[in-house]
Amino acid sequence: MSAAVEVDVAHRLGEFELAVAFTVQSGIAVRFGPSGSGKSMTLALIAGLLRPDSGTIAIGGRVVVDRSRGIDVSTQQRRIGMVFQDGLLLPHRTVLDNVALAVRQLSKRRERRAVARDWLERVGAAELADRRPGSLSGGQRQRVALARGLAGEPALLLLDEPLSALDLGVRRELRALIRDVIAATGVPSLLVTHDAEEAQELGDVVIEYAYGTIAGTHSVEHPPPRPPEAEVEVEAETESETEAAPTPPAHEADA
Amino acid sequence: MIPTALWVSIRAALCATAIVSVTGIALGCLLAKGRFRGRGIVEALCSLPVGLPPTVVGYYLLTQLGGPGPVRDVSIALLGHPLVFTFTGIVIAQTVESFPYCLRATRAAVAGVDPRLEQAARAIGLPEWRVLLQATLPLARRGIVAGVAMAFGRALGDYGATVAIAGGPGTGTMPIVLYNATFDGSADLARNLALIQVAVALSILVGVSRLGNAKEW
Repeated sequence: MSAAVEVDVAHRLGEFELAVAFTVQSGIAVRFGPSGSGKSMTLALIAGLLRPDSGTIAIGGRVVVDRSRGIDVSTQQRRIGMVFQDGLLLPHRTVLDNVALAVRQLSKRRERRAVARDWLERVGAAELADRRPGSLSGGQRQRVALARGLAGEPALLLLDEPLSALDLGVRRELRALIRDVIAATGVPSLLVTHDAEEAQELGDVVIEYAYGTIAGTHSVEHPPPRPPEAEVEVEAETESETEAAPTPPAHEADA
Repeated sequence: MIPTALWVSIRAALCATAIVSVTGIALGCLLAKGRFRGRGIVEALCSLPVGLPPTVVGYYLLTQLGGPGPVRDVSIALLGHPLVFTFTGIVIAQTVESFPYCLRATRAAVAGVDPRLEQAARAIGLPEWRVLLQATLPLARRGIVAGVAMAFGRALGDYGATVAIAGGPGTGTMPIVLYNATFDGSADLARNLALIQVAVALSILVGVSRLGNAKEW
């Protein structure tokens, strides 16, 4: 079976240099590290929002970036779902429209809206369907963003600090939701966080970032057994892999 | 007199605004999003009527549309007459005068759209044309609508460029009739036309202002 995502890229932005290589087979792989360590930049490169200076990226076995061969598949063609820190729902459309827009696998409007309603139900946001994003709380917004991210049947779901703007109670609630929904769908996911507890609770594997590189990786055992499809294999091609700690180190997240 | 002048003015301004809305919004998007050589020159040329006295615009329109040359030849071949001193001529004059208002408002509004919202639209798989229609233009709608409204106001109120190529039947717009009435000694007519113009301009400006303050529409 093809890996969910294979990344081996280098990118420079001003003084900052990112050079990472890793493979994720399935489950939730958490990118953990302080702000400015390159986690979100990695996601942007995978999503096609940034073009790496060099290297390759493959999603579900399909090469979407290979700078040496001039391959650079557009964001739209990468079959990804994405959940941003502040949701980034279209403010002029209803919640239902926002999710329905992402249902790219169907062409009929009625069918797309039916799928969108189903997804809103799955994330506990069915009653929000007719509301505008501006009237939602942060937690509600992220539920809808999660539904939108998954509604298009993506080959890979990218979550860029989806909970960091929420207060603790809502954050815990949504962690459980994210874990359960992703496990139920089996969509391989990359999640960025600088919260150690979140990394531990959500990740099947944690890839720790230091300034522009991968400092180590480790698997996480979750007390209730995960569904078989959430099994994870990660090969981080870094020298420090073998020195990775068994649990995520206490990390001081940047404000 | 007033109903005819009002009707000519509104009809011409609506025609000019319709043309300006399509071309100004399209070019405004291109200037905001496109990265091509000569972008600054194109924008400056299209905005030129804002920086020129309307009589200069009128002079060029009169000489180009009415003087010897390819534009006059083509219009005679197609319509049987040149475009000067016709209703079409004043629509062209008002289009040229009002175009920069729509163009510049659209360019600024589109450039001001949060690019992350457009990226989010791409990330859910919307092709570029749908990103434009579903995200960019709706998000920029307030600025664009304000630009279209300002263009309509400009077209309706134009005198300097319009008067250069008006004169035939059906070309007496309110500003032209007002000017003539002022110097013909028709004081009541002039006053009423001036009041109507003030009321229309005020309505447009209040409407644009309300649009900017409206929370959701």
